[in-house]
Amino acid sequence: MLVAPEAGALRLTAVNEAAGLIGLAPGRSLADARAIVPALTVRDAAPAADAKALVALADWATRYSPWAAVDGDDGLVVDLTGCAHLFGGEAKLLADLARRLGEAGIAARLAIAGSAAAAWGIARFAHLSRTIVPPGEDLVALAPLPVAALRLPAGQADELGRLGLHTVAQVASLPRAALAQRFGPALASRLDLAAGRQNESLTPRQPAPAFLARMVFPEPIGHLDDLAAAAERLSATLCRSLRQAGRGARRLVFRAYRSDGEVSELVAGLTRPSRTPAHLARLVRERLEDLDLGLGADVLTLAAPRTEALADRQVNLPSFGPEAAHDPALALLVDRLTNRLGPRAVVRLDPHESHLPERAVIAAPALAPPAKVSWAETVPRPVELLHRPEPVDAVAEVPDGPPVLLRWRGRSWRIRRADGPERIAPEWWRQDETELATTTRDYYRLEDGEGQRLWVYRDGLYPAAAEPRWYVHGFFA
Amino acid sequence: MAGARRGVVARLQRQVARLERAAPARAGRFCLAVDAVDEALGDGLASAALHEVVGASDGVGTGFAAWLAARRAGADGIVLWCGAWLPYPPGLRAFGLDPVRLVCVAGRRPEDRLWAMEEGLKSGRPAVVVARLDRLDLTASRRLQLAAEAGGVTAIALRPPQSRLAPTAAATRWLVAPAPSRPTEGYAGVGATRWRVDLQRCRGGRPRHWLMEWDDASSTVHLAAEVADRPLEPGLAAPEERATGKRAAIA
Repeated sequence: MLVAPEAGALRLTAVNEAAGLIGLAPGRSLADARAIVPALTVRDAAPAADAKALVALADWATRYSPWAAVDGDDGLVVDLTGCAHLFGGEAKLLADLARRLGEAGIAARLAIAGSAAAAWGIARFAHLSRTIVPPGEDLVALAPLPVAALRLPAGQADELGRLGLHTVAQVASLPRAALAQRFGPALASRLDLAAGRQNESLTPRQPAPAFLARMVFPEPIGHLDDLAAAAERLSATLCRSLRQAGRGARRLVFRAYRSDGEVSELVAGLTRPSRTPAHLARLVRERLEDLDLGLGADVLTLAAPRTEALADRQVNLPSFGPEAAHDPALALLVDRLTNRLGPRAVVRLDPHESHLPERAVIAAPALAPPAKVSWAETVPRPVELLHRPEPVDAVAEVPDGPPVLLRWRGRSWRIRRADGPERIAPEWWRQDETELATTTRDYYRLEDGEGQRLWVYRDGLYPAAAEPRWYVHGFFA
Repeated sequence: MAGARRGVVARLQRQVARLERAAPARAGRFCLAVDAVDEALGDGLASAALHEVVGASDGVGTGFAAWLAARRAGADGIVLWCGAWLPYPPGLRAFGLDPVRLVCVAGRRPEDRLWAMEEGLKSGRPAVVVARLDRLDLTASRRLQLAAEAGGVTAIALRPPQSRLAPTAAATRWLVAPAPSRPTEGYAGVGATRWRVDLQRCRGGRPRHWLMEWDDASSTVHLAAEVADRPLEPGLAAPEERATGKRAAIA
């Protein structure tokens, strides 16, 4: 028994089966109910938690069809079109659904009908708690039920009742024109929806991916080998529909509907659209260990919620450039690296028009076509550039000459040879300057007695800076 | 007679390869286009194998590895470069490595770089995988060697100075130290890049020592005359070892 404050009194919002049998119903005040049954077990209603649980249940219900939605505050609607055969037909599907809900301790009334509106009414008002309406008989099944089964706007059922119209059959037998004139368009429209004469547009809980493959198992599976095999078959199915549509997957969602009602999923991104079954299967397979399967899963789905147009083309073209997309082996490698290390960690490096050495390189997606800009044929550049120039103590023989001695990283570097300076001016037109990049730099290539080569610069124009500051910026080979 | 003729033919083939800057010498091997070195290696380096480059100081190993990778990749091979941070292509270009052929992986954690290298090798797609591997035990190196064989990909492990004596399953180990520029009368500028190279270990070959000089104009390596192609002598090795050790301490 659940109660909530309403109209100045605590009123029942939900009752269990036993309470229903003795005439207690939602809407009665708690005081009335206590008068009938003093020993009532009462709990506070928690509508927010209920709504949350319902949403979770809708997600769970996508095991039966990708198209599942919360309907009102006490119902779910699932579009089973084309799905029932996967579960051995509607009867078996409904039995399976009832069993699972029962095991989860959820009392539910279930109906399968041709229209969502008919199923709504039958589930709530039919005598049986489980009903399957044969195709085309929605109105027949609704006929004996009270008019409320048409999901009428508040008050309209009472209004019809006052006129002696108690059942759906009575309302349906009236001429349509009169009905609309007398009771407004809502009633006629509800009747049309229930009869399937008008399509109801509903909003699924999650947008149903257009590309989805599903496998249903009689017994829960949990072995990695079984899952891997399933992933392969799902990929093959998914790739077939992708090929028919001329598209490739950019994002994959592998979902396991566990026998305990939980849903676990893996998401993988693809740098380039692909519909190569081996590629997709591999992306799923290598992360299967991350999937928490509990006691096993009995429904698996593989969906491609994001796709891109992908034409059939030859696959053995040289890679990079526009053809890179058709180098499946490279795309697979890049995807695997990216999925573990992140997209910023797997890149191609392109030249960038900038005087500043640290800005002369820009990262691009590993499989993107190469930049139009080509690498400048310039003076020597270090084979390793320090992430951040490191300050160094330097002694120069002449104030505007190269250093002859460096003290850096705990040792002295006696400079034997030097090239320079190469003056690199700041790019003053840039707005996002860091402090280091705002001054002119004079770069020198230095070699110490052992042959080690450093790239250093003096910061600022001499003699503007009273005490020149020196930085090491990289190593030559 | 026949042997001598074969030697001449091989030498000519290598010269052609060097002119074309193409890689393959014999099937499954790639040549470095330095006659004495290729001969010492037994007709170039094995393609499907793990090679170690131990740089005695920062930058040196990177440059040497870039050169090996460029030799192996040729004009259309892909190079997967796995560093702790992204490499600096303007510098790598100097050793013949075209940045367009480069797929770069930045793996902060050593285990990520090891994993990325193994993935690259197993995929069989890149021509070369270069990875900076600070730690590499015998087991991990065997795995890399097997992956390189299976994928037909060349693995180049860039190792820190202190790893120069650690046992691994690599086919070759190169110790590379910087060498001062060639002395030139009246010129105080920095000359062509020079490396002291110890081929410390070579499956089916002897340890060797060379002084190599990079030629920017032709993008090839020449052996510097004074110690060209001379086997490593104990007297020569000792100061080298000391020098390497000293650098290790500051690296």
